[in-house]
Amino acid sequence: MRRQVIWAGVFGYLGVNLLMFLRFFFPRALYEPNTVFSIGFPGDFGLGIDQRFLMTNRVWVVREPDRIFVIFARCTHLGCTPEWKPSENKFKCPCHGSGYDSEGVNFEGPAPRPMDRAHIALDATGKIIVDTSRLFVDDPQAGVNHFNDPSAFLSV
Amino acid sequence: MAEENGGNGKRTGLVERVREDAEDIKKLVREKGKEEIDSLKDPEKTQLYRSIFRVKHDETPRSRSLGVLSNVFLHLHPAKVNRDAVKYNYTWGMGGITFYLFIVLTFTGVLLMFYYHPTKVQAFRDILYLENDVPFGKLLRNMHRWAAHLMIIAVWLHMFRVFLTGSYKRPREFNWCVGVLLMVLTMLLSFTGYLLPDDQLGFWAVTVGTNMARATPGLGNEGPFGSLLGMTPYNDVRFALLGGSIVDANALLRAYIWHCIAIPLIASVFMGVHFWRVRKDGGISGPAPVMLESDIKEEKGPRPVIMRPSGMT
Repeated sequence: MRRQVIWAGVFGYLGVNLLMFLRFFFPRALYEPNTVFSIGFPGDFGLGIDQRFLMTNRVWVVREPDRIFVIFARCTHLGCTPEWKPSENKFKCPCHGSGYDSEGVNFEGPAPRPMDRAHIALDATGKIIVDTSRLFVDDPQAGVNHFNDPSAFLSV
Repeated sequence: MAEENGGNGKRTGLVERVREDAEDIKKLVREKGKEEIDSLKDPEKTQLYRSIFRVKHDETPRSRSLGVLSNVFLHLHPAKVNRDAVKYNYTWGMGGITFYLFIVLTFTGVLLMFYYHPTKVQAFRDILYLENDVPFGKLLRNMHRWAAHLMIIAVWLHMFRVFLTGSYKRPREFNWCVGVLLMVLTMLLSFTGYLLPDDQLGFWAVTVGTNMARATPGLGNEGPFGSLLGMTPYNDVRFALLGGSIVDANALLRAYIWHCIAIPLIASVFMGVHFWRVRKDGGISGPAPVMLESDIKEEKGPRPVIMRPSGMT
């Protein structure tokens, strides 16, 4: 009995230490760009792809005749940032050559699905608030399409 | 092993040899005793030279073996090696070359650490500084880079040779597993070193590599059962590797610490086990034993029985 108690103590101690060791690798505070940010008024965006927030927040703002939506600039293959090529009217990923049309829908290369779209909403002053921690996925293989969900786009 | 083969031969000289050895031992004991008494008589007289520079051994096979066995660095290598085990066309020497490259990488890596800061502001500048201004910096960096490439190649060729010669079989299964772990550690060293120059190549390579970690079953936010177990980009295995959700300053620092301290330490421990295990399992595995004709002619007695440690015939 005494021996079991001692072993339980030893293993318990080591186990708790292991958990502490593992938890140590998950920081509480991050010094990363905020995932929620304002991009201004809907009227600030003309038709087409807007690259203003690519360097700071990794998104393209897309204005179409009837809607505004925000593409999260991460290739769905292995996570590189594609490049907008206006002359070819497509997004091209430099890592493995995935290509997306002007709505971020894949048509060439290894990408398995269109690029994700970020949560978008208007605040009280009428400015657009984007949240890249809430992404909308269109995955034809899994048979899910959230691109027409509310907050995946703004009607204008 | 050679000892086992050698023991079968000439028995005629054995008694004489034992007698000679006994005489030697007697003489040695007498000398030692005298030395001890002398040192007690005169404690001021120390063996200063010998305590620092050690003893020179006589040119006898036994003494030379002792010289090897009593030296911590030389004892890693067996005092006697089977003739078959040193055939380069059989072993390719790849295990030894891998170890040699590891030593080169440790040495050049430590020197590079004198000039490198693992921060976003300075890392790439330090690379340029090493390349252009540090005396022999370019040489050091290229030695580290090329030795790293060669080590990966040597590890794979070593594994290939062990596979082709069937050296993973009994009794070496355990050492094969240790070797596989060492190979994975070598790959991880290579991968973590990739990010350290903080250039475009390394940045995107690590972006791609850590995105694969997203797909880890159970532990990645896009892997099977990942979302069921509550994995998000902010608490999965990729997050732990990067120290964040993007490849940034934390990722650089983590790669640096894994690359320079943690993985080399772990790999060194496993290397110790690996080398010790080679000896335990009967030395480097050799081809099926072959006797030279000249050896056979010398034998006068009954045919020698050749012992193989693994029970191979």
